[in-house]
Parts: sequence; C-alpha cells; structure tokens
Amino acid sequence: MTLLASTTVDLARTQFATTSIYHFLFVPLTLGLGPLVAIMQTLWLRSKDERWLRLTRFFGTLFLINFAIGVATGLVQEFEFGMNWSVYSRFVGNVFGAPLAIEGLAAFMLESTFLGLWIFGWNRLSPRLHLATLWIAVLGTWLSAYFILVANSWMQHPVGYKIVNGEAQLTSVWALLSNGFALRAYLHTILAGLIFGSIIMLGVCCWHFLRGRQVELFRKAALVALIVAVPITLLQLIVGNRFGEAVTSAQSMKIAASEAQWNTCDPCGFSLFQIGGFTKSDETPSFSITIPRLLSYMATGSFSGQVQGLNQLQAKERRQYGRGNYIPDVRVIYWSMRVMAFAGVLMFLVAALGAWLYWRKKLERARWFLWIGLVAIALPYIAATAGWILTEMGRQPWIVQGLLLTSKANSPNVSTTWLGISLAFFITLYVVLGVVDFVLMRRYAHPDRPTTGEELATPAVTY
Amino acid sequence: MNLVNLWFVLIAVLWGGYFVLEGFDFGVGMLLPFVPRDERERGAMFESIGPVWDGNEVWLVVAGGATFAAFPAWYGTMFSGFYLAFLLLLFFLIVRVVSFEWREKSESKAWRRVWMWANAGGSTGIALIWGIGLSNLLQGVPLDSSGDYAGGFWNLFTGYTILGGIAFVLLFAFHGAIYLTLRTMGDLCERAQTAAQRLAIPAVAVGGGYLIWTVAVAVDNNDKSVFPPVVPAAVAVAAFVFAAVFVYSGRSGIAFTLSAVGTASVVATLFTSLYPRVMVSNPDFANSLTVQNASSAHYTLAVMSVVAAICVPLVLLYQGWTYHVFRARVGGGELPRATETPVA
Repeated sequence: MTLLASTTVDLARTQFATTSIYHFLFVPLTLGLGPLVAIMQTLWLRSKDERWLRLTRFFGTLFLINFAIGVATGLVQEFEFGMNWSVYSRFVGNVFGAPLAIEGLAAFMLESTFLGLWIFGWNRLSPRLHLATLWIAVLGTWLSAYFILVANSWMQHPVGYKIVNGEAQLTSVWALLSNGFALRAYLHTILAGLIFGSIIMLGVCCWHFLRGRQVELFRKAALVALIVAVPITLLQLIVGNRFGEAVTSAQSMKIAASEAQWNTCDPCGFSLFQIGGFTKSDETPSFSITIPRLLSYMATGSFSGQVQGLNQLQAKERRQYGRGNYIPDVRVIYWSMRVMAFAGVLMFLVAALGAWLYWRKKLERARWFLWIGLVAIALPYIAATAGWILTEMGRQPWIVQGLLLTSKANSPNVSTTWLGISLAFFITLYVVLGVVDFVLMRRYAHPDRPTTGEELATPAVTY
Repeated sequence: MNLVNLWFVLIAVLWGGYFVLEGFDFGVGMLLPFVPRDERERGAMFESIGPVWDGNEVWLVVAGGATFAAFPAWYGTMFSGFYLAFLLLLFFLIVRVVSFEWREKSESKAWRRVWMWANAGGSTGIALIWGIGLSNLLQGVPLDSSGDYAGGFWNLFTGYTILGGIAFVLLFAFHGAIYLTLRTMGDLCERAQTAAQRLAIPAVAVGGGYLIWTVAVAVDNNDKSVFPPVVPAAVAVAAFVFAAVFVYSGRSGIAFTLSAVGTASVVATLFTSLYPRVMVSNPDFANSLTVQNASSAHYTLAVMSVVAAICVPLVLLYQGWTYHVFRARVGGGELPRATETPVA
C-alpha cells in the first residue's frame, strides 16, 4: 500500500512538474517581449519612423504565437490543483485560492481583453488608443505574474494565516500581498521575463545579421535588446543573490541543499563545481573548486556569516515536526542552482560583449559572436527551468513549507491509472504543441520572412 | 444575506457570464463546418469572435479561481471527482485556444481544415462536458464521508446528464447563430439566419425538456420544492421561446438579448435547484457538500467581496467597450484587402 501511495504522489508530482515547467517556457517571454514590442510601437508613434512599425509587427507576431500556448497551458495549471491535489486544495483554498481568483479577475481579464483589442484594433482605434491597449495588456501580464507569485510564495514562506480545524485560514490579506518572499520572487521573475525578451530578440537579430538580411532594420532592434539586456542581466545577478538571502531565512534547508553543505560552517566557501558529496553516506566531495567565504556572503550578506548544515537542520526539523527525512534531493538542488547561476552569468557576458561590439560598430560583422547570440536563445529557458526546479524541489518534502507534506496532499481518489493516463496525455499533447510552436516561431522569426510595406496594412492576425 | 450565500450567488453569476459570453462563440465555432460556403466566409466567422473569445474565456478562469477561493472543498471534490471528464475538457479547451492563432498561419487547405474542425469539435465538446458536468452536481454523485468522489467515469452519464450536455450544445449553437446574424452581412448573414431558424425548435424543445427535468431532479434528489427552481426555469423557457419567435420574424437584436437572458436563466435554474448544496451526494445524501461545509472562512470571503465589488464592474465596462469597438459587421460583400493578403 505504501508503495502504491508513493507511486501516486510521484506521478502527481511528475505531472505537475512537467506541466508547470512547460507553462513557464512561455510565460516569461510574454512578460518580457510584451513591453519590448510596446516600446517599439511607442517609438514608432513618437518618431513616425516606419521601421519601428515593421519591427513592432515582426516581434508582435512572435509575441502572439508564444502567448497562445501560455494561455492554453495556463488553464491546465488552474485545473490541476483540484484534479491531482484535492487535499492540498481544501487545506490552502482559504489563502491560496484568493490570489488565484484575484489574478483572474484583476489581471487575466485585463490582459486577454486588451490583447484582443490590440490584435484587431489596428485600423479601428486611433494610434494612441491602440498603443494604450498594448501597454494595458502588458500591465495585465505583469499583474498576473504578481498574484501567481504571491500564491506560490505562500507555499514557500506562509504568512498571514492561522490553522483552524486542520485547514489554513487567511488572517491578513496585507501580510499575504506584502510577503517579502513574494516581492523578491516577483522582482526576480519580472527581470527573468525581460531577460527572455531581450536575449531572444538579440538572438533573432543575430540570425538576421548572419544571413545579411535587413541589417539596418534589425540593428535598431538589436540596440533596444542590448539596452535592456545589459543592465537587466547584471541586475538579475544581484537580485538573485539577494533573493538567496530571503530563502536562507525562510527555507534554510533549501540553501544548505543547494550548496551540498552537510555541516554548519562559519565562514563558508562557495562550491563552484564538485564531484561527489551529495548523499548522507558521502558527505565529502572527492573533488571540488571552492571560492572561500563567498557562500557566507551570498546566504547572509556578510563574509563571515554562518550557514547551517543539512545534518543540523535535519536534527532541528526532526525535533520540530517528528520523524522523517526533511532533506531534499541534494544533487538535483545543487546542480539546478549552479545551472541557473552559470546561465545567468553567461547571459550577462553575451549581452556585455554584444553591447561592446555594437558600440564599436562591429556587431553585424562579428560572425563568431552572431552564432553565440543565436545559441544564447537557449540560455534563458535553461536558467528559468533550473530556477523552478530549485524552488520547488528545494521545498520538498513539504508542499507548504512546515505545514503540509507533499506525500499527504494528493487526491486520495485519483488512481495511478488515471494519473498515468493524464500524464501520458499531457506529454503527448505538449510535445505536439511544442513542435508546432517551434516551427511557427522559427518561420516567423526567419530572416527570409519579409517585413515589407505590404504587410503594414494587414492586421497582425487575419482570419 | 451572509457572505457564504453572496459567494454562492457570485459563483453563479460568473458561470452565467461565462456561458452567456462564451456560449455564443462556442455556437459560432460549432457552426463553422455548416454555415460558411467558402474559406472567406469561414474567415469572417472567425473574425466575428476573434477579438472577444479570449476575454470571454477568462470568465471560466475566474469562475474556477473563485470556486477555489470561496468553496475550496467544492473545488477539490469536483475537479478530482470529474477527473477524466475534465481531462477531456482541457483537451478541447487547448485545441480550441490554439486553433484561433494557428489556423491563419498557413495557406494550406488541409492545415486550415484541421484547425477549423479543432475549433468546431472543441466548442461542441466543451459545451457537452459542461452540460453533463454541471447536471451531475444536481443529480448527485457518490461522495464518501470525507467528501471525496467515490464513483467512476461512467457514473457521470445518465439520461438526465446526457440530456444536459445535448441541451447545452443546442442552446449555444442557437445563441451563436443569432450572434452571427448580428455580426455578419450579406449572404453569410442570411445563411446564419437560416441556421438560427433551423436550430430554434430543437433548441427550445430539448432545452425546455432539460429545464423541466432539472426541476424534477431538484425535487427528487435534492430535497427541494418545485418553487423556487421553477421560476428561473420558466423565465428561461419563455426567453428561448420568444427568442425563436423573434428569429423567425428577423429581429436579431431582441432575439439575441432573449437568448442571452435564457442562457443566464439556465444557470440560475441549476444554482437555484442546488442551493443550499453545491454538490449533491447520491445515494448518501448526508455526504452532500453544502454552501456552509464547503466554504472558506468569513475573512477570505470578505476580502474577495471587496475585490469583486471593484473588479466586476470594471471588467463589464471594458469588455462592453470592446464589443462597441468591434460592432461593425464582418464578411458579406468584398472584404477589405487586408483579409485577403496572407501574413505568411
């Protein structure tokens, strides 16, 4: 029975991981490309330079192709809490349901309605009003991200609640909305979105330069992308680091696991790379490269700060919550943290190098860099995926930190058969969606695709 | 009225908004294989709902989120209980969402046919599943003492619930056909008019039968008296009958208003029949979920009430404005050059 139960939870977890990671491949590009397109449309309206309009249409189409899958896969997320995690849903509904409902009513409504106005309003609204519809839609996407992260952050760091009759009840909506964890996660996510938008835009520009197509036009887009990418990738490294401090106080176990720090240290070095040292029976890595004192700084803000070790935290949580293993999968957490951080540094380097080349007027001819810029499109996807694996798997065994165990939160009446069917169903459907999306994105980003005046008169979407 | 009851009403309003609005774009989707004569007219039908369908669909997202927040036990039981049905529903919802965006991305006939059918099939499937699903809330499903669904997939299908599914499909097709008569012109408009007339009698007959059966189920399975559920049911029947009459006399505007009122009244009938329960348990009636035992605490409901009081009027205002912006009829004679020039 225990074996069967764990399979059910594992299947439900696999399913949630699959569908939410997939959903989040599309969400950040929506968050980041939206404002970039809006900026270009604003520049068009200000300067009357038709090249900005052509770029608006070009990147606007990519934005919309991406947006559609974000919407479609978002529906799954809302249903999945109830379908696979009914115990969780009943336990948290009072608190967690509120930001989800507010997201729909205050943000998603705004985003969907005004995006419809933008897509079809080219010839029906005045240029100013039409531009306003896009900015409002962008505002909707940013609000949407806020409420979703308020909900998620409550799972990481529950605030403003009390437990009554075995369920969490909201006691302060302000505590919920101003949860420090949520505000940091929100900033981190919005910056990630802007990095998605600017790095992918830069990559598309590089592709056009490689083929020597419409170089003049795409140099303008590259400038916009670089102006955003350079400061934002740098800022993200700082914000990500600060976010780490918030995690240290709310989820010490997650930080200790992300460093494979088995025993309390003071000061602590940051391990850049290590072989071994990921399990209780093998605490000391056989090889590692470590920067002295850096972990102390990253986790606490002081170069001599103390970081608690996994063994000490396990002993403490065991005293607090009873028997059980409270240590997440150290190997996965350690590497997801590094993949995210290394990808973040790489993106900053790509952006900085691109900016330098642009400044020296060599960008469109530096073929070695253009290939790097094109390949760098993969980096934000890798970083975001690793980041969510770190966030969610680092919280295990808890589904709500300190309040509810994942193993006790799934729907008791949903069998392994149903879960197996639905997992296979989602994987199949998502692979098909992904392939079509990739083909469409590639075709509409392709250097051979004209951005001529002919197209200017047509709505972004014509049925 | 205490907050628990207020939220029961608000959830009904959200479902009502969803079906009144998305009901007609489901209807337009269902008619895609039948009403248009060529690709250009099919394009016009897509365009008639293109700017608004996504905003309409958010009413479902909000209804789902609000149920999660205001009635967590209802949300948990319904979504885990109707598992395979909801999986199918998600399939239809997803293919329908992408069909709008993807259909026009290629000139290939086969490609366009696939997404036309995806939209038509999705629209029909969604309507069918909601009809069956919501009817099950009232008819009753096996719930155990902890409020979990104890039945299987096939428990969801009975004569009454299947009729509910068919009624939803026919009523939305009717509603959508009337919408098309308001939003299209020329030949296409005339054929939409014919479709509305052909659908009128089956929609009224099946819809009426379903409403009567609903009141009977409320009495038999949910311990209700005939009054009050019979009131919204009678309003719904009257609205659809008069909608049919006005369809035949060619007065589309008033016919559409009446089919919207009728659709909202169907939802009102279901919720009036349910109250004070949100999910009837059958055979163990005592295990039913009620507005009291499934609801969130007072504070959450109070917060949500403030949010709803601010946001709902705003949403109605800007969605109303959207319909005003896109009030012009589409299709008919010569289309503007724009629609003929492919993007790709």
